[in-house]
Amino acid sequence: MARFRKPIPGVDAKHLIREAGLLLPDPSRRLFLRGAASLGALTLLTGCELTDSDSAEHLLRYVSRFNDRVQALLFSRTTLAPTYTEADITKPFPFNGYYSEDEAPDVDGDDWKLEIGGMVENKKPWTLAELNALPQEKQITRHVCVEGWSAIGSWTGVRLSEFLKRIGADTRAKYVWFQCAEGYSNTIDMPTALHPQTQLSLQFADKVLPRSYGFPMKCRIPTKLGFKNPKYITALYVQNNDAGGYWENQGYNWFSGL
Amino acid sequence: MSAASEQIDARISEGRAPAIHPAWVRVTHWINALAMIVMIGSGWQIYNASPLFNFAFPGAITIGGWLAGALLWHFAAMWVLAVNGLVYLVLGLATGRFSRKLLPITPGAVVSDTKAALTGHLSHKDLSVYNAVQKLLYLGVIITAIVIILSGLSIWKPVQFQAFTAVFGGYETARYVHFFAMATIVAFLVIHVVMALLVPRSLRAMVTGR
Repeated sequence: MARFRKPIPGVDAKHLIREAGLLLPDPSRRLFLRGAASLGALTLLTGCELTDSDSAEHLLRYVSRFNDRVQALLFSRTTLAPTYTEADITKPFPFNGYYSEDEAPDVDGDDWKLEIGGMVENKKPWTLAELNALPQEKQITRHVCVEGWSAIGSWTGVRLSEFLKRIGADTRAKYVWFQCAEGYSNTIDMPTALHPQTQLSLQFADKVLPRSYGFPMKCRIPTKLGFKNPKYITALYVQNNDAGGYWENQGYNWFSGL
Repeated sequence: MSAASEQIDARISEGRAPAIHPAWVRVTHWINALAMIVMIGSGWQIYNASPLFNFAFPGAITIGGWLAGALLWHFAAMWVLAVNGLVYLVLGLATGRFSRKLLPITPGAVVSDTKAALTGHLSHKDLSVYNAVQKLLYLGVIITAIVIILSGLSIWKPVQFQAFTAVFGGYETARYVHFFAMATIVAFLVIHVVMALLVPRSLRAMVTGR
């Protein structure tokens, strides 16, 4: 996977190495299910030895993949996420990540270029100025976190389906894969990528996207849980293989549709 | 002794008396019990990731170990709960068991049976007939289960099922509805288990049918 080793424009290499340390999964999280305590009351009640969790984990992964397919069927390209008014915007909109706010990637917008790859006709990298010159759309939608909380925000940017058209993407491909400055990554399904509200966001609340919300670019997907909305994006690939993602690989449901 | 009652006695001794709970009630009851426990235990772990109130559930009584594990259990057990619940509702309505066992519920009977229950005078001699308090609790928990499933769907899919979400007052309100429906079911569960232990014959009836 050579593309992981390429220097990412606009990213401080030292910073990146430090961030990489944070990416190593917590060993206690490698298994979804952690030992005897994980089944708590169930084990007590049934006396069943479900805690030897290989088979339980296998079954749960299987059901999660089944749920991916169910959600893909439920997903509608024409059903829009509810939109809200300026007055509904959550203030302050929460910062969220697996690192603290001052550890968030600090990308130099002048050096930054969006790397393009995979099944596209034109792989020329895009500068921030070029992206800002494309037609912009604004949405005020609800960000729903996998943890349960939600917040309403305002994002402005380029419709992803419009951008994919401009780079000559083969939209028969199954996935769009995003790589981010801190090493985060996400794979999304093509129907969601082509949804009218899926956006390459360059602004938050009518101002340049601040560092805490993903400068220089976030992919805003109001039809998916927050962790499926990558920030600090450095590369976008159109491809047929599912490259997974930071949280998905640790057990969060892959589709995570709303 | 009349001929009819002799006949019933004979059938009881041969083990052919009409069951208090038919097999489909017993099977769906225990599947539901297991699914509910998994849903509640994993739901408590999910709640802990972003508590609605100023408390969290102790980790030892939750299921899943951490948020991702709990979500996997929750969204797996939901299928068991929903399919089993649907079978139970369809059979309950189609066989007439619901209307025969759970209706009518009159306020007068609820008041007098509650008084009798609290003073220890409520009879459990005939387990095949529910008193008014039982009718109210059983019907109440069925309705609560429907509310918890619909509010759960509206939290899980606030875009695709946004009409549901709107019925529950929007995403954030639906989370509270889902929580209080859980609290209601847990309160029922406590009373239900205590009563089953106080009247062990009722527990046997739910296992063997008699």
